[in-house]
Amino acid sequence: MINIKIKVLPVICFMAAIIYSCDEVFPEAPAENELLDGPIGALSFSEQNRFLAGDVAFNDEIFTPESGLGPMFVATSCGSCHPGDGKGHPFTTLTRFGQTSPGQSTDFPAGAPQLQNRAIPGFEPEKLTLGTPFMKFTPPAVTGLGLLAALTDEQILKNADPDDVDGDGISGIPNYIDPPDYFQPKWFHQAVNAQFIGRFGKKAAAIDLLQQTATAYNQDMGVTSTFEPLDVATDLSVDPEVSDQTIREVVFYLSTLKAPIQRDPETYNVIQGQQIFTDINCGSCHIPSWTTPESDIPALSNKTFHPYTDLLLHDMGPELDDGATEGSAETYEWRTPPLWGLGLSPDSQGGEFFLMHDGRAKSIEEAILMHGGEANDSRGSFEQLSDIDKQKLLTFLKSL
Amino acid sequence: MKTSSSIYKIGGYLLVLICLNHVAFAQKSDSFQLLLNMDAVYNRPFLQAGSFPVAIGGYIEAQGEYFVSDGITEGVSFKIPRMTLFVSSTITERIKFLSEIEFEEGTKEINIEFAALDFEFHPLLNFRGGIIMNPIGAFNQNHDGPRWEFVDRPISATTIIPATFSNVGFGLHGKTYQKQWVWAYEAYVTNGFNDRIVANSEGRTWLPATKENVDRFEENFNAVPLITLKTAIRHRKIGEIGLSWMGDVYNKYEEDGLMLDQKRRLDVLAIDFNTSAIKNLDITGEWVWAFVDVPATYSQQFGSQQQGGFIDFVYTVLKREMFGWENARINLALRLEHVDYNVGSFEETGGNIHDDVQAIVPALSFRPSSQTVIRANYRHIWETDLLGNPAAKTAGFQIGISSYF
Repeated sequence: MINIKIKVLPVICFMAAIIYSCDEVFPEAPAENELLDGPIGALSFSEQNRFLAGDVAFNDEIFTPESGLGPMFVATSCGSCHPGDGKGHPFTTLTRFGQTSPGQSTDFPAGAPQLQNRAIPGFEPEKLTLGTPFMKFTPPAVTGLGLLAALTDEQILKNADPDDVDGDGISGIPNYIDPPDYFQPKWFHQAVNAQFIGRFGKKAAAIDLLQQTATAYNQDMGVTSTFEPLDVATDLSVDPEVSDQTIREVVFYLSTLKAPIQRDPETYNVIQGQQIFTDINCGSCHIPSWTTPESDIPALSNKTFHPYTDLLLHDMGPELDDGATEGSAETYEWRTPPLWGLGLSPDSQGGEFFLMHDGRAKSIEEAILMHGGEANDSRGSFEQLSDIDKQKLLTFLKSL
Repeated sequence: MKTSSSIYKIGGYLLVLICLNHVAFAQKSDSFQLLLNMDAVYNRPFLQAGSFPVAIGGYIEAQGEYFVSDGITEGVSFKIPRMTLFVSSTITERIKFLSEIEFEEGTKEINIEFAALDFEFHPLLNFRGGIIMNPIGAFNQNHDGPRWEFVDRPISATTIIPATFSNVGFGLHGKTYQKQWVWAYEAYVTNGFNDRIVANSEGRTWLPATKENVDRFEENFNAVPLITLKTAIRHRKIGEIGLSWMGDVYNKYEEDGLMLDQKRRLDVLAIDFNTSAIKNLDITGEWVWAFVDVPATYSQQFGSQQQGGFIDFVYTVLKREMFGWENARINLALRLEHVDYNVGSFEETGGNIHDDVQAIVPALSFRPSSQTVIRANYRHIWETDLLGNPAAKTAGFQIGISSYF
């Protein structure tokens, strides 16, 4: 009996030590405002089923040569570019090339508009000819896209001021895009010369989420569909490698991902930082709030949300002129990127910031200082701020 | 919790635990001391009726578990990971046959894991042919459920080494003894890997994907056989250490006389050890490196180098008659695991490519006899994605039974 007691003691010590070593026996879910993924509220059962199917296709389905990958590609799955539905990493940065002036829609070089810089074994990837102008695009976060897609063209055009009539130095130009043949305008789309306003992408070159999704399958993964039937390697039509249903489920998933939730919005520095954001005129382009009209997805109807974008193109100055473009955008014009979820970017970018269209900025401050063109005045105002006020502004931006 | 600091903490506690007990050389039977990992395939209980030339046996595993992943649970789940049947026969003196047929998760998979004839010309020269378990690491050959104190198999032994990994082929093995020492070798030529290891739905270099090729017991994927070599040495009072390697060309570089690609190699190197030198404490470990020639123009998510391993500490806290079972044992065990599926850095940033997994598994087991175990463990796993984003955390409890029959 004595012998047993001696041996039980280390057992108890050992088990206690193990329990002490683990902070939590069962890992708790991260706070809702710390995560980008998850559905927008109030989805019906059938909508949740569609959301789940889209989630699996987006995050879990990895393409292989057998299932349609490539032969030339950039990434093997949607989720590898948008981990956790957040921003991507330079590892999956896209290279776009071919169009060098607004409205140019013919005589693109072979392989344009996107470089497939990887290839399955036995094949060679594309290479850019020396001297070809190109743009690199870091994959954006995909949350809240349904809310942006639900806005009307009329709402977007209210902020447009192509000729700077109001003289505030901020223009705001819609990027009018030739729609793909599968595009079906909704009641809120307004055609101008058979073109429609682009909303998605660094240059606002995609009109809706279906175009964005079908193009991404094709150009990013080399996967054909009935929407985008041409093989990226041969430019010839091949059998669809992803079904219409899967693409539509992914579109539904992207449409119903929740908007990022701001963290600590009531704290003093965040409130002060938000005021500074307004004072130095960042909000002229990064428009804080929008309200959706009625939507065919009830959960998206009449929702006020805070993306901090106007979905319009702005002159960002010669430093950000890559010499290539899309649609009717000038080479120096970029769509105002939404700022929501900005503070969570490192959680999907491997612990670092890779900001601006190509990830060249390694911090929010660096990104602000890279703003030129129409944002010159705001950048100058930022530079004039005291260190304390700069920190307040950065605290606010990180709270988004 | 920081994974690495936790592992250091656990290691520290383990050392304290060991120090609480006096250290002495274990006294094991001579026959046990002569056995190596390579003998595991025949070192199993069989039932033989009279002079009937065929013996049969097998083992079963069943388990229940409850896991939570970052706050989300699938609830309680039960499964039967595998039931295995052995059939062995001594055909004539020094000619033996053994087969192992495994039913995984009901009848989801039915595999012949081993079916080979052994011809003993000399203890140092045995010829083996059939479906052979490639002797890479220790776990692949010594994988029977009742031998282990943990409900799940080690991660590295099933995802870098795709245990149970067996192929059709031939080879030699032998063993010799010298005073306190036992030395053995194995050398086989078999069918090998295929290009699914870098073209799979896991999205990473994944050696287990090679088993998706249903033709692998029928023909080699390419013209190059897989060579597997292992040597092991045991000191009867200290323990065993093994060193093993297998190498192959994994891709189909030629078909109908046409060159489709250059030859791309796969090499796997493993070191394994086990010791019972400290009284009441068994330590078993294995570490493996895989080197894969992944085309430079393919995605970096398919790593060209992988590494990982595990170390098990099994401490017998009580050994006596319990509930009428003589020599029943209660063991306390701990497994520490680490796997890095992609050793390297990103071309674009120079930053480390992660894609790694770490796990801590404290366990408690009750053995009514050496052939049967009731075991329970807690398992905490940290999985970090390719980019090194915050780790996904999964933890839960498992309870299982396993026994030879």
